[in-house]
Amino acid sequence: MTRELGIGFLPLVDACLPILAHEHGFAEDEGLSLRLVRSLSWATVLDRLLYGHCDAAHLVAPLAIATTLGRSRPSQPLSVPFVLGLNGNAITLRPDLAEKVCPAGRLGDPRIVGLTLAALAKTSASQGKRMRFGVVHRYSSHNYMLRYWLAACGIRPDHDVEIVTVAPPFCADALEAGEVDGICVGEPWNSVAVERGAGRIVLATAQIWRRGVEKVLALREPVLEDRREDVEALIRALVRAARHFVDPGNWQANAAILARCEYLDGSAELIQRAISDRLLLARGTNPVRFADFMFQYREAANFPWVSQAEWLYSQMVRWDGMKFSEADAALATRVFRPDVYRRALAGTDEPLPGASSKVEGSLGGTTVVGTQQGAITLEKNSFFDGMIFDPHDLKGYLSRLP
Amino acid sequence: MRIAIVDESATRAAVIHEGLAALDDCEIFVVTERRGLVARIGEIAPDIVLMDLGNPSRDVLEEYFSVSRALARPIAMFVDESDEAAIAASIDAGVSSYVVDGLAPHRIRPILDLAVRRFNAFARLQTDLDEARGKLAERETIDRAKRILMDSRSIGEPQAYAELRKTAMDRGRRIVEIAEAVVTAHQLMGGKP
Repeated sequence: MTRELGIGFLPLVDACLPILAHEHGFAEDEGLSLRLVRSLSWATVLDRLLYGHCDAAHLVAPLAIATTLGRSRPSQPLSVPFVLGLNGNAITLRPDLAEKVCPAGRLGDPRIVGLTLAALAKTSASQGKRMRFGVVHRYSSHNYMLRYWLAACGIRPDHDVEIVTVAPPFCADALEAGEVDGICVGEPWNSVAVERGAGRIVLATAQIWRRGVEKVLALREPVLEDRREDVEALIRALVRAARHFVDPGNWQANAAILARCEYLDGSAELIQRAISDRLLLARGTNPVRFADFMFQYREAANFPWVSQAEWLYSQMVRWDGMKFSEADAALATRVFRPDVYRRALAGTDEPLPGASSKVEGSLGGTTVVGTQQGAITLEKNSFFDGMIFDPHDLKGYLSRLP
Repeated sequence: MRIAIVDESATRAAVIHEGLAALDDCEIFVVTERRGLVARIGEIAPDIVLMDLGNPSRDVLEEYFSVSRALARPIAMFVDESDEAAIAASIDAGVSSYVVDGLAPHRIRPILDLAVRRFNAFARLQTDLDEARGKLAERETIDRAKRILMDSRSIGEPQAYAELRKTAMDRGRRIVEIAEAVVTAHQLMGGKP
């Protein structure tokens, strides 16, 4: 008998794994039938998750932690047993602004672009017109990556520049109408802005943090406990989908599936570009290749490292006017559930790391890591400013941030 | 009390508006335009915002509410956070609501109940309309198939219809399916659509 799982998602390329697990029959092989529920805002994805319309959801990682901590709405503990992907976002600026801060024809150097932008932003602010940037949600990795980059370049978010929320489908409109000077959003929405001549991509968020956590699979904690077996089956199906997704031989077919109206309802060409790590930076140019723009599988990308949850908590404290508390930090840490991921995949041919936490941003080059099963080699994983996040020293890290 | 209805569907907004118009002592504002939504909500300064669940601008509005907390206009979602049944009913109906803190629950609940009922009524209306549209389209297809049979076989209308019905019965199919097959075949053979 197949067991049904409802999964909420937003029409973004990184909703790919549950969609492909369903379309290619990987879920069915595990005895699951997936019901995919499309929404147009994270608020709706979350409502449908919290009130039982869906059992699980494609969610921006910080929102899972914010919901558990009761930010903006009553606290409900969420659990993340699987990471749906790393990075995959970009920063797109108004073409005239992009021209001033970034050489044409390639992605910029985050430090140089940032420093040039800082001078312009401060001049603009002193003339009473603060630059404005759009992010997709207050509790999104986009918001935290953008703020991390700006702050490290001497631009104080909320002082020197404004940061507002813009729904992904309207990012291109907002740039075009001059409502914002730049956006940080996932694909295909940067490309849509580029194609319309409303913006130019200047940075990929992978340049800010090489292996930054992006979307996660979130469930209510009681649902995870109630349906442990189904969740573990889902994890195995998602791993198969991830392997399928990163195989270049499948890109065209997968892009066509994702483009369908019940999923992203978008252009298969733009979607294929994103999943093949090619970016059209400006209208009328040729796409450039940027390795690991999206990162959906290799290097245990789907493993919910608790250090990722802790980094997100550190940014929440930093930008949300929260006081650091050991109790909150512990709650946030518990949202990521490597134990569930391990149990689902123990004994399979999927590699499992030995540790559940790592010092983020510390890998300068390729490193072989200890495992529970299989072999894992991690590549360079650094923050662009060279800072290192040691989860054992959260308070120290917070005090060193600009 | 000031109520803002945010809905990109002007028809549905009108249905909700009409439902709430009966309430005493309420001023109702309808916002259907996405652009400038936050500024408009700021002007209206509503006590309650009713918004359709599928509205893509919900994140933008929630962000505005959480920031405006600092401006002493605190907003909480839903009436009474512990009233799970009411929340579930409104999610089912497809309406999300944002309520300014400090508004007495007994004043809010009737508005929400009404909104939920109106949303449900609108959804039913939509289903009925879709069904009616479907029926109309079916009838058009059958008429077209009859016309093809009448022209190609020089038979009368009652006989053309009888042929369609008999074929449908013989094959255990609906008449409209047979009619669709006739129309498609006719087009493939080079006939006019």
